[in-house]
Amino acid sequence: MSTTADALHLKGHGAPDAHHDADHKPGFFVRWFMSTNHKDIGTLYLIFAIFAGIIGGGISGIMRAELMHPGIQILTQAWPLGAGAGATMDEAYHHWNVLITAHGLIMVFFMVMPAMIGGFGNWFVPLMIGAPDMAFPRMNNISFWLLIPSFALLLGSSFVSGGTGLGAGNGWTLYAPLSTTGSTGPAVDMAIFSLHLAGASSILGAINFITTIFNMRAPGMTLHKMPLFVWSVLVTAFLLLLSLPVLAGAITMLLTDRNFGTTFFDASGGGNVVLYQHLFWFFGHPEVYILILPGFGMVSQIVATFSRKPVFGYLGMAYAMVAIGVVGFVVWAHHMFTTGMNVNEKMYFTAATMIIAVPTGVKIFSWIATMWGGSISFETPMLWAIGFIFLFTVGGVTGVVLANGGVDNYMHDTYYVVAHFHYVLSLGAVFAIFGGFYYWFPKMSGKMYNEALGKLHFFVMFIGVNLIFFPQHFLGLQNMARRIPDYTPALEYWNRISTIGYMITAAGVLVFFVNILWSLAAGKKAPDNPWGEGATTLEWTLSSPPPFHQYSTLPRID
Amino acid sequence: MKLIGWAIALAAAGLTPAAAQAPASSPTDNAAAAAPAAAAPAAAAASPAAAPIVYGSVGHQIPNPKIGMPQAGKIGIEEQVTPIGHEAEHFHDIWLMPLITVISIFVLVLLAWTMFRYRRGANPTPSRNSHNTTIEVIWTLVPVLILVSIAIPSIRLLRHQYTPPPADVTVKVTGHQWYWTYEYPDYGVSFDSNILKEKGDATLKPGDRFRTDNDGPPLLAADERMVLPAGKVVKFIITADDVIHSFSVPAFWTKLDANPGQLNETWVKVDADKTGVYFGQCSELCGARHGFMPINVEVVTPQQFEQWIASKGGKLASAKPAAAPAAAAATPAAAAPQPVTTQPATNQAATAQN
Repeated sequence: MSTTADALHLKGHGAPDAHHDADHKPGFFVRWFMSTNHKDIGTLYLIFAIFAGIIGGGISGIMRAELMHPGIQILTQAWPLGAGAGATMDEAYHHWNVLITAHGLIMVFFMVMPAMIGGFGNWFVPLMIGAPDMAFPRMNNISFWLLIPSFALLLGSSFVSGGTGLGAGNGWTLYAPLSTTGSTGPAVDMAIFSLHLAGASSILGAINFITTIFNMRAPGMTLHKMPLFVWSVLVTAFLLLLSLPVLAGAITMLLTDRNFGTTFFDASGGGNVVLYQHLFWFFGHPEVYILILPGFGMVSQIVATFSRKPVFGYLGMAYAMVAIGVVGFVVWAHHMFTTGMNVNEKMYFTAATMIIAVPTGVKIFSWIATMWGGSISFETPMLWAIGFIFLFTVGGVTGVVLANGGVDNYMHDTYYVVAHFHYVLSLGAVFAIFGGFYYWFPKMSGKMYNEALGKLHFFVMFIGVNLIFFPQHFLGLQNMARRIPDYTPALEYWNRISTIGYMITAAGVLVFFVNILWSLAAGKKAPDNPWGEGATTLEWTLSSPPPFHQYSTLPRID
Repeated sequence: MKLIGWAIALAAAGLTPAAAQAPASSPTDNAAAAAPAAAAPAAAAASPAAAPIVYGSVGHQIPNPKIGMPQAGKIGIEEQVTPIGHEAEHFHDIWLMPLITVISIFVLVLLAWTMFRYRRGANPTPSRNSHNTTIEVIWTLVPVLILVSIAIPSIRLLRHQYTPPPADVTVKVTGHQWYWTYEYPDYGVSFDSNILKEKGDATLKPGDRFRTDNDGPPLLAADERMVLPAGKVVKFIITADDVIHSFSVPAFWTKLDANPGQLNETWVKVDADKTGVYFGQCSELCGARHGFMPINVEVVTPQQFEQWIASKGGKLASAKPAAAPAAAAATPAAAAPQPVTTQPATNQAATAQN
């Protein structure tokens, strides 16, 4: 073992660790089904997220196809495109609600969260802080495997009655009383159990990340030296830990309202329908930051790497995320501006919501300042990161419009809101995920991806998603309501553009899959650090892929 | 409208709004498109069913396709007809929209310039500069100032929205799966409002009334309209009796949830010169036919409003001597120059379908 105390000396040597026991891998079944290795569990999460993303993205394809023209064309087709031949119109409309519900839940709980936190978090938090693994490897394994029955319950719910038709059709927010007295049949119960399991999985994961980051940093890796991606996962883990129990409580009350005659959300028994919304959004608003914060972290790493500069205003960047996390807990009711709240409440939530724009602005400008004065190269991950910065800005400024409680009356529950949150999530979080994927693909797989295909993927998808979502601002201002399967013909023009955008996006995603498959099969062997001097975090000191067990001698950070 | 920024962005993407693309009133080409069947406890069939519908009369005025409904290819906010709507639209169009456009373009230009100036070819040696307290203070404080400049008119707008003048008319709105009930407690008038199905809809029974362009655009036209007097303060009391619905009239800048077990209250005062028909729809997911419970509000002169109340069998507080039989005497809305046409309540053409 020639490993010295200084991790940076490892660079360029291959990984001396890789020789002894460090690379002894268990057999296939034990390795992948009983895994305690953070990298393998991270890989499982990524595969799961890709699989769920295909389903969730496919559902949005069905939705965009239905909305391309006025009238009902798809929902009367065979299942799963439509409610099946012979279905009544009500069943067809219910099928629409099942599609929007499934799309939302899958993308939030089974695509973005597993990819960012489970996938990249598991893979790179230990590598970046110089830890041999996560603090609780077996708990890490059950975090992942809880997702499988959770996803199975959600998908399975679409085969059982949800009231008007098959499946749960309440929207991802599961508002009572539509989700209680409004939906008979077991589908909604299954969806609720699915959320319970996904929530438990995330809480266990959050505990694991917090413990790992607080206790397993390598000597010299102080909190203020941690890479920003680790900071982002730390803040995210706290948000998960504090918000998910509230969701669990709220949906448990839904269950007892549904099945055991309680009336938490039923005014006739002394309950209150708006109470559910308060509980849901107390979770739901931190949740949207859970979806985006790890993306902030990844974009920070990528921008610094390809600008060959340290991140500008590191402390400001870290504490901006902390501020976003803290303020994110006290703005939830801006999702409820039309529920009939009083004027003081509305003024408070208007002001509090706008405050979030300040730390977010600090991050945007700090990313640009990181590039300023740098020596920027435009490999695929950098393109996604730059795309993220601009599109997240666009989604952010429409958020400032919507933050105004008095203005929101007009846009609330219209496509303007749909456009806003897809700009920050579909064009924000998803762009960050693709950026992170290309950034770390050589490290994870040991193979280089195809640069030309990667760039093609970026440009096709950039055009596609903007075509999908930018016109939806117009539809919203012309008052196309959310969650409707059909619309008045005056709205057809922008809906058609939006659907064409979906087709382009789908072609872009196809390029992505071609790229992965081609790269895994025939990609060039990746060096330890393919990105040069800008890549300064610890994972680039290891071999590509890293040894099965790394850091048997802990690196020391000066 | 005034969305110059977006127009530029779109022009760049090679798109132009095609105003002629989809005439607002063109019927849907799909028979299954329109409204569903059973649940409608057809109030229309109750009292005035036998009498033919006289388009142009109060309660059946012909909508102006340029206001109160979505416009093909348009990208801005609908024309507003209430003081709150004017204030909010002004705030959005004059301040918020230009501001976010400028901020977005500023970030875009800054990014583009940085990418160009500091590309590896032009700047092979990166600086190591990673702190600048002055600039960090500036980019924290300037956004704060911008937000304050938004918050002040925003809070003022909220204060105005929550300071209703004394009400002249009260309407209780109740959402059901999937129709609305409008009740005028002061006059003893109450009726249901259901979506009008398209001609050729498979669920339309022979003799049922179907939608025509005189009723409004497809999916947005209802059989019975809420009628309101222009220039008067109207108080809405909004609730629901099954699941949550949301009462929304975009042209009034009004949207308020209808929560079962709660009474929500809001108000509008439509400009005295803005008689016409205004369309909205349920804006909270409420089950299968969420997309098929439109809201139609017809704003008429106070005199026409009294005629309408009388025609609905309501008793007027002012107790005018037997407010004349309404329908025939009514004058067409100023905004509707189209010829007055009629559709029999029972329509023979309906038998031609299928």
